[in-house]
Amino acid sequence: MTPGWIIALIAAAGAGFGLALIAAPRSAWPLLGVFGALFACLSVRGWKPARFAIALALLLVVIPAAGVQNNFLFELVTQMGIFAAMALGLNIVVGMAGLLDLGYAAFFAVGAYTWAIFGSAQAAQFMSGDFPLAGWPYFYIFSALAVIAAALLGTLIGLPALRLRGDYLAIVTLGLGQVVRVLANNLDQPVNITNGPQGITPIERPPIGWLESLMGALGIDGGPALGYALFFYLLVLAVIGVVVLVNVRLDRSRFGRAWVAIREDEIAARAMGISPTRTKLQAFATGAAFSGVMGAIFSAKQLFVSPESFTLLQSITILAMVILGGMGSIRGAIIGAMAVTLLNIEVLKSFSDFLARLRQTGFVLDLGVVSFNFANLSDQVEPAKYERMIFGIILILMMIFRPSGLIPEARHRLEEGEQTEQMKATPAGKRRAP
Amino acid sequence: MSALSQAASNEAPLLELREVHAGYGHIHALKGVSLDVRPGEIVTLIGSNGAGKSTVLRCISGLLAPRSGVIRLRGMEIQGRQAHEVAALGIGHAPEGRRIFPKLTVDENLDIGAYLERDPAVIAARKQEVFMLFPRLAERRRQDGGTLSGGEQQMLAIGRALMQNPALLLLDEPTLGLAPVLVDTLFDTLKLLHAAGKTILLVEQNAWHALRLAQRAYVLETGRITHQGSAAVIADTPDVKRAYLGGD
Repeated sequence: MTPGWIIALIAAAGAGFGLALIAAPRSAWPLLGVFGALFACLSVRGWKPARFAIALALLLVVIPAAGVQNNFLFELVTQMGIFAAMALGLNIVVGMAGLLDLGYAAFFAVGAYTWAIFGSAQAAQFMSGDFPLAGWPYFYIFSALAVIAAALLGTLIGLPALRLRGDYLAIVTLGLGQVVRVLANNLDQPVNITNGPQGITPIERPPIGWLESLMGALGIDGGPALGYALFFYLLVLAVIGVVVLVNVRLDRSRFGRAWVAIREDEIAARAMGISPTRTKLQAFATGAAFSGVMGAIFSAKQLFVSPESFTLLQSITILAMVILGGMGSIRGAIIGAMAVTLLNIEVLKSFSDFLARLRQTGFVLDLGVVSFNFANLSDQVEPAKYERMIFGIILILMMIFRPSGLIPEARHRLEEGEQTEQMKATPAGKRRAP
Repeated sequence: MSALSQAASNEAPLLELREVHAGYGHIHALKGVSLDVRPGEIVTLIGSNGAGKSTVLRCISGLLAPRSGVIRLRGMEIQGRQAHEVAALGIGHAPEGRRIFPKLTVDENLDIGAYLERDPAVIAARKQEVFMLFPRLAERRRQDGGTLSGGEQQMLAIGRALMQNPALLLLDEPTLGLAPVLVDTLFDTLKLLHAAGKTILLVEQNAWHALRLAQRAYVLETGRITHQGSAAVIADTPDVKRAYLGGD
């Protein structure tokens, strides 16, 4: 249980940074402060209603109030939300069920293309009808279809892949994930379904007349760009809410327990009557479904999809979020997604700008023994370019110092390495032959 | 080779094995094992290390598919079925090495044991029974399985199998690595289970204890049944005495 004064501190920090952000929506420090308060709400224990209220106030008041002055904020948080939903989906597969999936971006791609093809003129290339499908119900219908399509693909990939264990499963999912990208790249012939490497654009967005009139009533005038930024922000928040709810329910359900049992000891789980194949397929399909819906939202938000958005790096990035946050932990997956996105599009960029400014002003760092003039700093030193390297370093440091992630799964209270004698003594050789 | 020749009762067996052969790769672990377990009895399978005792249980519970032979539960052939299907038919297996879920709490371990039961009231009632049998588990229900002592883990493994409410309980070396005083306690508990009408097939190295508890016994040597009969008779057989009971 967290003492009350810590919650009060978080509330005060949230209010302070929040007001600062509304006053200066373009500066980085208040923004980081607001995210710090959000992280804190997610990471401390106890006082649930209070933490919930602070987080809601930040998400529904502070960020929209600052965001209407600075579109980029919505963009950033929406991006975080999309990744958070995918991290939550992958968390089911990797964290709960213990199946290392390196092709997760494939499901995102299927969701994205589901709407992209029918929400643009693309579908007219291979079928007759009036495309794009504009009008309000279509986007939502196709988002639901994206969920189904992704879950189906998850089952389809899972059927052969889930016969394998551990590293072999990782390799096969990696390969099948690439197959989906390569298909998207090449399905412009003989029938043009995906428009190949050029990608599909423009993609329809659902009409948001209601939101624009609401903004007008509040005296906010930012045109459709701001309207859509706010719309996707709210939509992603709503979907995240649903995803988290589903995750929490699953975690405590028979399904969740079966997933964890399979992860912990497949032989024992089978002896308890848990079908490994069916259980793993369920995990695969559920995880894929979350990714699918976010794919559809992503394609509408970006107005453009191409195979380039669904690379192996994408899958690895989402995996990094799950590992960073803590495998099997719902809050961990969200925090991991926020941290990695923030690092990618905000912190590294700000740090690059900061170094560039020091370079331009010729700032001299004088430490007595050594002094360094930043004007001599090479142009090549630009942290934003080292994204992957910095990622790698962070992941290595995590593995050394906090192997179960920032917010370890509640079930992982057992210290690392403190396995029981019995586990070590269990004969690994006596497995059923594959 | 009729196992019925020495049968004391005419009751139909709950479990029958007929000429079961099984192995791992090039190792031929079981070379034609036949045995019966009748409802309500405790049958023990004794033998030295590597005789194939665990393999017999793994074949019954579907963790290993036999190469040939027939396994019947209530007259229905079950050999070669998947383990989770066999569990649904009413066989509970507390496997070799306990295999509890170390990162899950005692409660969660037991809940997974009742995976096939959907009615929360039934699950709660079964859990109460398990806690009556093993009060230590009730004390530690919020603790991670991995933090329990060896004896408690064994109780958890048996309790978890009982959560399935199995028609037949397969116990694989439940006393392995336990202090002598705990061995006695455990056998007392098994006696209680027997009194409650449970049917148990017990694999043990601790032949002396097992033969005093069980009604009937089979001796397994390098994949073959060498002796079978009532436990008291087996305990008096000179070969068995010499090999397993430390007698002359």
